[in-house]
Amino acid sequence: MTWIWGLIVAESTTVEPTRRDFLYITTAAVGAVGAGSVAWPLISQMNPDASTLALASTEVDLAALPEGGIMTVKWRGKPVFVRHRSKKEIDEAQATPLAQLPDPQKDADRVKKPEWLVVIGVCTHLGCVPLGHSGDYDGWFCPCHGSHYDTSGRIRKGPAPRNLEVPVYSFLTDTKVRIG
Amino acid sequence: MSGPSTYVPKSAIGRWFESRLPIMGLVHSSFVVFPTPKNLNYFWTFGGILSLMLAVQIITGIVLVMHYTPHVDYAFQSVEHIMRDVNWGWLMRYTHANGASMFFIAVYIHMLRGLYYGSYKAPREVLWILGVVIFLLMMATAFMGYVLPWGQMSFWGATVITNLFSAIPLVGESITTWLWGGYSVDNPTLNRFFSLHYLLPFMIAAVVALHVWALHVAGQNNPTGVEVKDVKRDTVPFTPYATIKDGFAMVVFLAFFSWFIFYVPNYLGHPDNYIDANPMVTPAHIVPEWYFLPFYAILRAIPDKLGGVIAMFGSIAVLAFLPWLDTSRVKSASFRPVYRVFFWVFVICGIGLGYLGAMPAEGGYVIASRILTFYYFAFFLIIMPLLGLFETPKPLPASIADSVLARGGSASAAAAGAAHAPENK
Repeated sequence: MTWIWGLIVAESTTVEPTRRDFLYITTAAVGAVGAGSVAWPLISQMNPDASTLALASTEVDLAALPEGGIMTVKWRGKPVFVRHRSKKEIDEAQATPLAQLPDPQKDADRVKKPEWLVVIGVCTHLGCVPLGHSGDYDGWFCPCHGSHYDTSGRIRKGPAPRNLEVPVYSFLTDTKVRIG
Repeated sequence: MSGPSTYVPKSAIGRWFESRLPIMGLVHSSFVVFPTPKNLNYFWTFGGILSLMLAVQIITGIVLVMHYTPHVDYAFQSVEHIMRDVNWGWLMRYTHANGASMFFIAVYIHMLRGLYYGSYKAPREVLWILGVVIFLLMMATAFMGYVLPWGQMSFWGATVITNLFSAIPLVGESITTWLWGGYSVDNPTLNRFFSLHYLLPFMIAAVVALHVWALHVAGQNNPTGVEVKDVKRDTVPFTPYATIKDGFAMVVFLAFFSWFIFYVPNYLGHPDNYIDANPMVTPAHIVPEWYFLPFYAILRAIPDKLGGVIAMFGSIAVLAFLPWLDTSRVKSASFRPVYRVFFWVFVICGIGLGYLGAMPAEGGYVIASRILTFYYFAFFLIIMPLLGLFETPKPLPASIADSVLARGGSASAAAAGAAHAPENK
């Protein structure tokens, strides 16, 4: 046996694995499986539970929302703005040149039906909830640090870096949308 | 254990650390080279099993608290939420609930081992008393834990037991109101039981550390009750022998535990605890969990309210005096044929009291409870002191090594020689 730095680095005689080796290795392997099966539930229990997952999507009835109106619904603990846009607001949003936008994005990429805008009502700066029907661009204004959003929920002026986030949503009928 | 450890770390970092905080040496001297009597039987594995159960209860408990709400309006619902919505919640809950029962099964076997083999005798008196303290803390913890799901048994069990304190003359009512935080068991009571139930297991852990320390000062007792005379002949190093034996015993215990968790998780519980607590309606038969039944029987056996309370607490307090109540010079019941009989009668008496604790307190059950309560106290206060004076014990072996060799003859001698081989690998 060759020793370097206190470790055996080469053995000149080959030794057959013994029954003891087999038992040690099998015990270690089964023990590892056992340890994993104990650890997994303890870790997994912190993942969202069934009641939280049930609230993962929310259905919103749009019938009562008049044109020009904004409603706020709670989804996954956060506010979501649903805006029934007027023709004027839609045209403003579609006509904006991308060069004027700090976070360029076409209006068509942010809506499924142009008259319905669905955005998460959390300012992308530091998380305050912006005020609707205010600001210089007919959209939203965040009073915390002065961010202005337009009728497509895009940032125009102020410290916010990104447009208001568009969540995953789908139309179940013409007047009912599911968010999440 | 004598003197500082002889452990010298192999690496330079190891030596640097060890000279500043000799924790590796402590573990080495306590659990690796610690001289362990070579004749210990499986009744000596329950200390390790109890440590395992304490860890299991703490871990599952902390995880359950992440989902539990300690308020009278939400507690029951939050437990059902754990059972139904939380990922693996049913497993955490059943493990924790059945774990409490397993903890008590193990502790009763552990204590009976002590009673049979005289492990409470000199020089292990403090070790034994620390054990009684741990037992009391366990009972308090289990009692408060059972209140938390806020079912009918939770509420009414809490009401009955907290009402016991009103038996104390003069200050009883004030103490009870103070415990409740109100005029009956209600939200303040639930909240403070939740706080204390989280706290007490860590107190248990601290007393367990003292318990193991006291054990290591005196060394383990053994089935012959004859102390270690020659470390080389009478003992083996804790690792690998006791380590593997304890490990194996833990695995078997876990299999037994798992049977309850996965096949009969509600067998040891009471169905009435799946009913929301209702302060207006008392269940027909209030019973505590099975591990409290013998003490509940003693409580109800005495016709006087204060007398019953004193008897119940006295039945546990008397354990602390055992080292002085038992006058026998011989430790182990293996060599005390008369004591052995009384011991097994005591065990049957304990089981009988447990059965009676679950029965209604009327008629023949009360008479039987009184007889068995009398025997319980007589065993400690009359039999043990007298037997030591009048019993003729069997002759003791000269040493542990001699008793081991006598058992197997030449086969043991060969085994004793081979047993030392692993260190020479």
